[in-house]
Amino acid sequence: MKINILAFGVAKEIFGSSEVSLEMTNDATISNLKYLLEQQYPRLKQLSSYMLAVNNEYALPGDTIHERDEIAIIPPVSGG
Amino acid sequence: MNTQILLSAQTLDIQSCIDWIMSPESGGIDVFIGTVRNATKGKKVLRLDFEAYEPMAISEMNKIAAQAFERWPIQKILIHHRTGLLQVGEVPVVIAVSAAHRDAAFDACRYIIDTLKQTVPIWKKESFEDGDVWVAAHP
Repeated sequence: MKINILAFGVAKEIFGSSEVSLEMTNDATISNLKYLLEQQYPRLKQLSSYMLAVNNEYALPGDTIHERDEIAIIPPVSGG
Repeated sequence: MNTQILLSAQTLDIQSCIDWIMSPESGGIDVFIGTVRNATKGKKVLRLDFEAYEPMAISEMNKIAAQAFERWPIQKILIHHRTGLLQVGEVPVVIAVSAAHRDAAFDACRYIIDTLKQTVPIWKKESFEDGDVWVAAHP
């Protein structure tokens, strides 16, 4: 399945885009996605931390990704 | 409605926040106003640029408000946050809480701003004379 990942803040600069696409297997998890992203964008590993969100909720490493989920990479937040 | 949440690219109107949070049942209101500081660790800050993942930011701010209502006897919560470019002295965030008694309003207001800074997907980029930095991005 093809998934799109939205990027914000420093992640948008690392991706060079506000959205990237990846091809993944149908039972892929958040951990699998992190691994793939870090392979393609090694600068992610230099961040203090980052999370992934699925459909506007913070996701856990074992969560499964489904086609058409809205996925976003959330670098360390700094609002306020 | 006892909660008002707003993400806005326009200047925040502090007086209208206070007007909305006041009620005859309240014995006090607590207002936190965040402002853009002119320096970070001794370096002159020119401006800040705020970006939000808007639907999730709204959802996370609603969660924080719901948690505050569970923990304290408070009446209303307002959270307004800016997006876009802000100059020194401008206001990125206003939090207001009303309650019958002040302790709950103070405690809830503090909880809301502290939690917002940890969980709400909003990012700020600080512009210095020698370049830009996404705050907290790197260790």
